[in-house]
Amino acid sequence: MTAAAATQKLGLRRTLRLGASRITYEVKTYFRQGDSVFFTFLFPLILLTVFSVAFSKGSFGTTADGAKVAAADFYLPAMLAVGLLLSGLQNMSIDIATEKSDGTLKRLGGSPLPVLSYFIGKIGQVIATGILQSALLIIVAALAFGVSLPTEPVKWLTFAWVFLLGVSTCAVLGIALSALPRSGKTATAVIIPITLILQFISGVFINFSQLPDWLQNFASIFPLKWLAQGMRSVFLPDSFKALEMGGAWNLGGVAIVTAIWLVVGLVACCLTFRWIRKDS
Amino acid sequence: MTTSPHVSVRDLRKQYGDFAAVDGVSFDIHAGETFALLGPNGAGKSSTIEILEGYRDRTSGEATVLGVDPQRGGIAWKARLGIVLQSSGESGNVTVREQLAHFAGFYPNPRDVDEVIAAVGLTEKARVRIRSLSGGQQRRVDVALGVIGRPELLFLDEPTTGFDPEARRDFWELIRGLKAEGTTILLTTHYLDEAAQLSDRAGVIAGGKLIDIGAIDEIGGADARIPVVRWTDQNGAHEERTTEPASVVARLLSTTGIEPTALEVRRPSLEDVYLELVAAHTERQKSTAEKSTAEKSMAEKSMEELERSL
Repeated sequence: MTAAAATQKLGLRRTLRLGASRITYEVKTYFRQGDSVFFTFLFPLILLTVFSVAFSKGSFGTTADGAKVAAADFYLPAMLAVGLLLSGLQNMSIDIATEKSDGTLKRLGGSPLPVLSYFIGKIGQVIATGILQSALLIIVAALAFGVSLPTEPVKWLTFAWVFLLGVSTCAVLGIALSALPRSGKTATAVIIPITLILQFISGVFINFSQLPDWLQNFASIFPLKWLAQGMRSVFLPDSFKALEMGGAWNLGGVAIVTAIWLVVGLVACCLTFRWIRKDS
Repeated sequence: MTTSPHVSVRDLRKQYGDFAAVDGVSFDIHAGETFALLGPNGAGKSSTIEILEGYRDRTSGEATVLGVDPQRGGIAWKARLGIVLQSSGESGNVTVREQLAHFAGFYPNPRDVDEVIAAVGLTEKARVRIRSLSGGQQRRVDVALGVIGRPELLFLDEPTTGFDPEARRDFWELIRGLKAEGTTILLTTHYLDEAAQLSDRAGVIAGGKLIDIGAIDEIGGADARIPVVRWTDQNGAHEERTTEPASVVARLLSTTGIEPTALEVRRPSLEDVYLELVAAHTERQKSTAEKSTAEKSMAEKSMEELERSL
């Protein structure tokens, strides 16, 4: 009984301590899985390389002082947004669906680990890998493809909040979406089409301004279009805002739409997440 | 507090559609006791144990585990349990030691990680990733994870599946150590010798019903334990069930004067008693089923007659 009282008293502090312990555990196991490191962690970098090389002759516009905007300049913000989507939403939902079917969650559910600590571990892992992934993308873009990085602190501040808001939203939506596949085996088949279509309509592969208006409006419902727009505001010349819907970066829109999805995701997590499907 | 049973189950039922997986089961497990739940596959053992572990909700009846309704067991309740599930299939990207150290952190008063690793005989594999271990070794990790939190009540659902005989003996030693420390244990197993070795009491479950319950050396009743004398002579093999086997053997020798070949006196093992119980239950089920079909056809016949007479 004393042990029971002790666990209860520790409450939130215990939840946070175990959450931290889960982050270490999750990051460690993430990097030990060779395939997920390749497909989600390095994938945006590979795409950036492919696009920068394939379209190296193409022109993506010019800056105010007449300098050419190259493929790498154009695709860096897009791939940063893709990275958030892949590590956050795609990897997370497939990962949890797999853990649900292989018994990991059943075991955790029978242990005194708080659900919140588990979530902290998952989200922490996504943030940690997301930071590494973005840093790698930015460094490679600057060093290998000569992308000039913004120097104004305010731009980096924008980058920081778009990144943090984006990564949390994608992680939370990933947890919520993990309820969708019936088993770990079907998880990839259920989740990848969703993220792939989202990437095509949100203007990360194709210039968003070239999409038909109705599709632009439709894509504006989802967070990826906004995250990509936020990233473009950081890394593309200011004159490029003319290409955005309404001819402005609309960072307020980025914040509002993403925040709404964050709340939707949190509510969905609380409603749908169970350690196991009882009575299935 | 100490006198109330650690597990108390009254008229427990679990319905899946029309199928009653658990059909009115009642039993108690007292503090410090090792209780074996025996029964054929699909008899309702796992449904019962998963209800008690809090994984499934019961349809009706009552269940109390460590004084708590398992449907409402929180973190503090889970911290007092140890669960070894029937199957495990994690990817196991961590080493044995990493996994146990991580899980030890979940509990308020865990056992020493290296001692537990030694107790399950994995000291040499402590730094090996779980996925590279053999099936039996992975099962030992499951057992280690079940006991790492120093549980008051330990659930062992077919714990030794895939163990070689030596590993099974080692496991028995481990469980005896836990018993000596006062751990209450609920065990399901298909190895009846294991149940006989480890448990104080057993319940036999078949078709969702508890068909017998009692001390391990009393279950099945006194009649089921009457020894059997077997021997062979020029007329072939003989078998005699008797409460006085020594007299039978003495008579054999005195009447013929010849030493009988292949002489043995055997007390039915738990396995014999169990098989007889389950067979008797299946027989009863069959006869009630036949009776009900017979009654049904009778009723149909009389309906036909009734219709004809009209």
